[in-house]
Amino acid sequence: MYARGAIEFHVGKGLPTYVWLLLGLLCSGSVAQAGDVVLRRGNGPDVETLDPHQVRSVAAGNVVRDLYEGLVSEAPDGSLIPGVAERWDISADGLVYVFFLRDTARWSNGDAVTAADFVAGLRRSVDPQTASPSSQLLAPIAQASAVMAGRSPPAALAVQALDEHRLQIGLQSPTPYFLALLVNPAAYPVHGPVHGQGFTSAAPLVSNGAYQLQVWMPQSHIELRRNRHYWNDAATRIDRVQHIVTEDMGSEFQRFRAGELDITEQVPATQIAAMAPTLRRQLRIADYLGIYYYGFNVSQPPFDQPGLRRALSLAVDREVIVRKVLGSGERAAYAWLPPHIAGADSLQPPWASWTRDQRVAEARRLYEQAGYSAQYPLRTEILYNTNDYHQKIALVIAAMWKQFLGVETRLRNEETKVFLQSRRERRRTQIFRGSWVSDYDDASGFLDLLGGHNPRNDTSYVSQRYDAALNAATHLPEDARRQQLRDAQQQLIDDAPVIPIYFYVTKHLVSPRVSGWQDNALDHHYSRDLGLSP
Amino acid sequence: MSARLLRRLLELLPTLLLLVTLTFAMLHAAPGGPFDSERALPEATRVQLEARYHLDQPLWRQYLIYLGDLAHGDLGPSYQYPDRSVAELIGAGLPVSALLGSLAMSLALIVGMALGIIAAMKPHRWQDRAVMVLAVGGLSIPNFVLAPLLILLMAVSLHALPAGGWSGRPQELLLPVLALALPQIATIARLTRAAMLEVMQTPWIRTARAKGLSERHVVLRHALRPVLLPVISYLGPAAAGTLTGSVVIEQIFGLPGVGRYFVLGALNRDYGLVLGVVLIYGTLIVLFNFAVDLLYARLDPRQRE
Repeated sequence: MYARGAIEFHVGKGLPTYVWLLLGLLCSGSVAQAGDVVLRRGNGPDVETLDPHQVRSVAAGNVVRDLYEGLVSEAPDGSLIPGVAERWDISADGLVYVFFLRDTARWSNGDAVTAADFVAGLRRSVDPQTASPSSQLLAPIAQASAVMAGRSPPAALAVQALDEHRLQIGLQSPTPYFLALLVNPAAYPVHGPVHGQGFTSAAPLVSNGAYQLQVWMPQSHIELRRNRHYWNDAATRIDRVQHIVTEDMGSEFQRFRAGELDITEQVPATQIAAMAPTLRRQLRIADYLGIYYYGFNVSQPPFDQPGLRRALSLAVDREVIVRKVLGSGERAAYAWLPPHIAGADSLQPPWASWTRDQRVAEARRLYEQAGYSAQYPLRTEILYNTNDYHQKIALVIAAMWKQFLGVETRLRNEETKVFLQSRRERRRTQIFRGSWVSDYDDASGFLDLLGGHNPRNDTSYVSQRYDAALNAATHLPEDARRQQLRDAQQQLIDDAPVIPIYFYVTKHLVSPRVSGWQDNALDHHYSRDLGLSP
Repeated sequence: MSARLLRRLLELLPTLLLLVTLTFAMLHAAPGGPFDSERALPEATRVQLEARYHLDQPLWRQYLIYLGDLAHGDLGPSYQYPDRSVAELIGAGLPVSALLGSLAMSLALIVGMALGIIAAMKPHRWQDRAVMVLAVGGLSIPNFVLAPLLILLMAVSLHALPAGGWSGRPQELLLPVLALALPQIATIARLTRAAMLEVMQTPWIRTARAKGLSERHVVLRHALRPVLLPVISYLGPAAAGTLTGSVVIEQIFGLPGVGRYFVLGALNRDYGLVLGVVLIYGTLIVLFNFAVDLLYARLDPRQRE
């Protein structure tokens, strides 16, 4: 049953309103039944949608991954495993994929999951009418870009049901990481013919993952129960899962301590330093595929000079930032690619292993070469969105530039939406704060961002050599591709359109009652893989 | 009386129209739009979204479209929550906020007045001092400090009450109601004490005492009514204070009320959602002030004609 929680109460006459409301709430179906074992996961901000093709936030992704399953799925350690497709064939040229769907895959109402459901899902995902925020991930499929741009109908997408259980997907060009893209909700199937906007509100929501929707109470929680029709239901250990809205990190922490949550989505950095040993043993800090960086607006002086950009990058002491300002296990970033990313080796600039004095000396040399000195210092501005951490980091970096080079830096903060607009317009920005988290584990998820034609590249950086290397890499076998991507990274090191500052980590508190939890780089933790001791 | 009532109710409409217009103008004047994010949307998608929500139209037309929908009782779509309409979101959150707010206001009235009367009956004695210390504390500790302290004490240390969340159990409301009511308790206690001290000096109280009435009778029958007047006139500001306070309290305790939509809606440029909440809050405050006026008129014979 799909309960809407508090929506359904009617206000009677006579008694004060709140008495009726209280009675109504006490009798409502959302009260947990006593004795049930429920996994209670803190899930951060409210979930905006349960439509897999509309997912924007991490929070919605977490729930949608429990509800649905794509052709390919992920093991607890993040490695790719068969999902609805039990196996697949890839043509020798890497352009045609044929997926063999399990006979046993079922929707939560018992219907078979067919190749046609995936065809419908993928077409819907790239259809401009759907306005999916992550359809761009499907761009490697042949005709996808034309459909997304509105030049071709969705039916033109090179996705075809060969029969009920065989699905063929044709690619535009070989894409070594294509399977990793299929894990994303943008590639999930849809059930049945009608999927207008807001179809998730029509009860009951039919899904094909290990869980199905039980209760969705906006801003409070989403409750799922196991999908008995799921092909691997026998392996599911937890019957009920609550994804609880925990917008305030501090409150979430207290709720975990009070025993009301089994897993938290975040841990406040201020609590980590002073954490008691028993709690510290429940803390899980792991590398995440995300980077915090400063971007230069390279379209305007003074940052049209690569030498000056390199000087400023050299003068940022990342170790101080990760240890003194952040202090919860973040990694200093000297390269654009996180360590251990799939598809390429993260290329470190030579100065990553230098001492601070050596870096400062080189930074000064480049700074002076660019025409600045103590008498004629560079005057610049860092733009960031209003937030305590961004401010602290900007202050520290401005102080380093002042101390090592004599740069006069102004700090300007703007509310997030205003900031994003300023950044995109590139008129006033000189140096801006940026962050990037990849949707899939492959180097291209990061490298493409700085491509000359990427609308998300707010640095205005365009390098023929960089773009050519990225382009060439897609058509090459593994080893040659790594070499090409190495060249591309070398170009980034020479041109320094961005200052990598640190790589994000994920921070969770996981109760010792929870079993099966493994840290992974995308921070995807499927409830179906977890266990809960009473 | 009923004609006056009707006129007052009709005056509500232009007030709300002005409120909606100002909010609409200010929201759209803020730079950035609902679909700006760190990962910008592809151009075709953006165009599609803007067309769907009429954001590609000139502002005056968007305004007319909104007013037209509003006239039909439609609060429009939410950009941030594409699965639900603004009316659905508010419908889900309002009962929780209303419950929280009305319980906090009731608690503030009952406890605040009781404390004020106790203090006034024992002026400058320890009872009075204790109440006044509490009142100063209640006024000076903001609820975003008080709420985590309450959680730390009652939930984390004593495990007596839940630290947050909402599944409909009454104990989940205890701490939020307390945290929300405390500043109002403090103000009401001070107001009551001051009014009570003044009233107890008046000739009619002396007369009542001279008639040999018990102190209890004097206070409850003769003193309470005039004491109520300043308290009731404070209810309007108190309601506004409770509404704004609930924004913080709902976030800290993870309660699914409408307060958070106010803040999140504004940050996300979810125009329809913010307008919807402003409209509901505006209507509530105007109606509440109206009710206070009526009550005041009933209690104070000088206002009746």
